[in-house]
Amino acid sequence: MNLIPKFDPVRVFLEPWSTPELISWNSQVILMGLLVCWASGMIGSFIVVRRMALMGDAISHGILPGVIIAFLAFGSLDVGPMLLGACLAGLACSFSIEWLQQNSPIKKDASMAIVFTSFFALGVTLINLQTGHLDLDTDCVLYGEIGLTPLAPNITLAGNNVGNRSLWVMGLICLIIVSLICLFYRQILVTSFDATLAHSIGLPVKSIQQFLMLLLALSTVASLESVGVILVVAMLVFPSVTASFFFSRLPSILVCTFPLGIAYTFGGFHLAYWLDCSIAAAMAITATVCFIAALGLCPNSFLWKIVAHKKSPHN
Amino acid sequence: MDSRITKGIKNWIIYLGILSASSLLLDAKQIGSGEEFNWLTQAERFFEMKDPSVRRVALGALLMGISCGLIGSFVVTRRLSLFGDTLSHAVLPGVAIGFIWAGEKDNFSLMIGAGLAGFAGVCCISLLRKFTKIHQDSSLGIVLSAFYAIGICLLTRIQKIGYSNQSGLDSFIFGQVSALSSDDLIGLLIALGFIGIFIVLNFRQLLATGFDPQFSKSIGIPNDFLQFGLWVLIAFCVISSLQLVGVILVSAMLVIPAATASLFSKRMKEYLLLSSLLGAGAGLGGTFLSFLGKNLPAGPIIVLVSSSIFFLILFLRPEKGVLFRWLNARSVQSRIAIENMLKTAFQIVEQNGFEDNEISSLEIMKRRGLSRAEVEKEIENLAHSGLATKNLSSNPAANLPPQTVLTLTPKGWEYACRIVRNHRLWELYLTDEAHYEPDHVHDDAEKIEHVLGEETVRQIERLLKNPKTDPHGKLIPSITDIHQGSLSRST
Repeated sequence: MNLIPKFDPVRVFLEPWSTPELISWNSQVILMGLLVCWASGMIGSFIVVRRMALMGDAISHGILPGVIIAFLAFGSLDVGPMLLGACLAGLACSFSIEWLQQNSPIKKDASMAIVFTSFFALGVTLINLQTGHLDLDTDCVLYGEIGLTPLAPNITLAGNNVGNRSLWVMGLICLIIVSLICLFYRQILVTSFDATLAHSIGLPVKSIQQFLMLLLALSTVASLESVGVILVVAMLVFPSVTASFFFSRLPSILVCTFPLGIAYTFGGFHLAYWLDCSIAAAMAITATVCFIAALGLCPNSFLWKIVAHKKSPHN
Repeated sequence: MDSRITKGIKNWIIYLGILSASSLLLDAKQIGSGEEFNWLTQAERFFEMKDPSVRRVALGALLMGISCGLIGSFVVTRRLSLFGDTLSHAVLPGVAIGFIWAGEKDNFSLMIGAGLAGFAGVCCISLLRKFTKIHQDSSLGIVLSAFYAIGICLLTRIQKIGYSNQSGLDSFIFGQVSALSSDDLIGLLIALGFIGIFIVLNFRQLLATGFDPQFSKSIGIPNDFLQFGLWVLIAFCVISSLQLVGVILVSAMLVIPAATASLFSKRMKEYLLLSSLLGAGAGLGGTFLSFLGKNLPAGPIIVLVSSSIFFLILFLRPEKGVLFRWLNARSVQSRIAIENMLKTAFQIVEQNGFEDNEISSLEIMKRRGLSRAEVEKEIENLAHSGLATKNLSSNPAANLPPQTVLTLTPKGWEYACRIVRNHRLWELYLTDEAHYEPDHVHDDAEKIEHVLGEETVRQIERLLKNPKTDPHGKLIPSITDIHQGSLSRST
C-alpha cells in the first residue's frame, strides 16, 4: 500500500532487459517512445518559436470528434480511417481557429479555447450517445498506453513478417516529418521568425503555416495512441524549451531534440518500471526533471544570479 | 438590389430551417430508441423542478455559469484564455493526492488537494515568468503537461495499489452531474461569493491594470498582487466547477460566454453583466437539453450550447456579423457590376457618336471580355432594376444566334452619365492636380468612380473649373447634360 516503492537498481535497470522476450517487448516500447519524441520535438521547435505551444493541445483535443465519426462511419478500429478522421478534424480545428481570428474581434488565445473545447465537447457527447456499442476506451485516448505498443498486429509484406504496425506507422510519419523539415527548412525558418520578410521575398506564408499545422496534426494523431492527448503537449514543448537554455540557434535546438528524446524515453521507461505507473506520464515527468535541471544549470540561470546577489549584498 | 438581399436572406432562412428540421428528426430518432422515454414529460419534469436532483443540477449550472462568466470576462480581456485550460489540467495531481489522503472519494479533501495544486500551478507560472525568458504560451504548456503527467502517474499508481472506491475520480475528467452533491453546490456558492466580492472591491483597479498596466502602476495600484489574485480566483472557479463539466471543459465555460459578450459590449460593467447572463443561460439551457435526451452528458452539452450561442451571435449580429458583412459585400459587388455595365453601355453609345441607342450584347462581350452567359446575366440584372430594356436584335448576323439588344432607360442613362463623369473627372483631377501621367490614371479612377459622392464630385468640378474633356480628350458629361436627360440628342 505504499505510494513510492523501494528503489532497487537491479530491478529497475536490469530486470527489463533480462530475458529475450522482455528485451524484444521493451525494445519496441523504447523505439516507439523515441519516434514519438523525435517527431513531436522537431515540429515542436517551430511551434514554440511561433508562440503556438498550446496549439498542440488544441489540436489533440480537437481530433476527438474526427476519431469518433470515423469509427461510426467505418465501424472498425482500423488505423487508416481513424488516422484520416483525426487528421481531417485536426485540420478543421486549426482552420476554424485561423478563421475566427481573422474574421471576428476574438483574439488568438480565446479563439483557440473556443474552438478546441467545442470540438472536444462534441466528441464527448458523441461518445456518450454511442455507449453500448462503442468500445472506444476514453482512458486510452486521454492517457495513452505506450507499454501496449507491442500488442499491435504485425504487418506481413509478401509473406514476410516485417514487424509491428504501430511502429511502422509512427516511423513513417517521423520520417516524413524529418525529411520535409530538412527539405523546406529555410522556408519554414523564415516564415516562423519573420512573416513579413517571408511575404516580401515571395514565400507563400499562409500555405506554409497550414502545412506546418498539417504536420502537427499528423504527428499528434500518430503519437496519440501511445502518449495520449495531453502528454503530446509535453513532447512538443519540452525538448525545444530545454535546449533553448543552452543554444540560441535553431539548428542546434533541432539537433538537441534527438539526445533529449533518448533521455526522455529511457528515463521515463525506467522511472515507470520503478514506480509501476504509466510510461507516458513517466516520460513527461522525466522531461520536467530535465527542464528543471537545465533551468538551474544553464549559463545565465537565476540560481547563479541569486548566488551572485548574495555575494554582493550592497549592490 | 433590395430584392436580391431579401432573396439571399430567404435562402438562408430556408437553409437554416432544413438544418434544424433535420437535426430535430435526428433527435427524434435518438429519443425514439429509448423505450418509455418521452421528452415532453421530461421537459415537464424539468420545469416543475420537483425533483431534488434536477433542482440541484440546474442550480449548480446556474451558479457555475454566473461565476465563470464573471471571471471569464477578465480572462478574455487579459488574454488569459489558455490559462484556465492550464489550471484545469494542473489540479489533477491535487485531486489524486487528496484522494490518497482521504482514502476514498471525499469531496472536501479532493477540493483542498485541487486548490493546493492549482495554487502551486499558479506559482510555477508566475515564477517562470519572473525568472526566465520563456514565452507565456510555452510556460503554460510546460506547467500543464508537467502537472498533468504527475497527476496521471499518481492516478495509475492508485489503480495499481488497488484502492477500492476510485471510480469516482473519472468524473473529474469529464464531469459527472449525477454525482453532484450539496457540498459541491456550497463550493460553487462560495466561489461565486469570493469572485463577486473581489470584483466589487477592486473593480476600478482591475479596470486600470487590465487596460493600461503602466498607468495603473504609476498611480500606485499593486498590479502583481491583483494579477495573482485573479489567477487564484480562476483556479477557485475551475475547481468548484470540476464536478459539473470536468477538467477539460471548464476552460470552455471560462472563455466562451465572455467571448460572446465581447462581441457586442463596449463597457466593462455591461460586459460583466452580459457574460454572466450568457454563462447562466448556457448552463440552464445545457442542463435542460441534456435532461431531454438519454445518455446526454450535461457538461459537454452545456459547452455545446454556449458555443452555438457564440457562433449564432457571431453570424447574425447586426452590422458587424459575418452574415451581414457578406450580404453587404454582395450588394456592393452587384452595384459595382451594374455600374460597370452602364459605363460600358455609355462608351459604346459614345463610340457610335451618340447616334444609335441600341447596344448589342456582342459589343459588350467584346469590350468587357466576358462570356455570353455572363453578359446575359448582367443585362438581366440591368433590366430587372429598371435601368435598361432589352429586346432581340432586329438585324441578326447570318450565322449567329439572335442577339440581345440593350437600350438604356432615361434613369439608366442618367446613372451611366454620372458614373462616366466620376471616372473622367477623377482622371483629370489626378493628371492636373496630382501630376500623374495620363496613362497611369485609369486603374485608380476605375476604383474610385463607384464611391465618389455627389458632394466630392462638385468640389472636384469647381477645383478644375468645370472642365469639358478628360485627359484622353473624351467628353465629360456635365450636370446639365445629365439633367436634360440625354446627351445623344443635345450633341
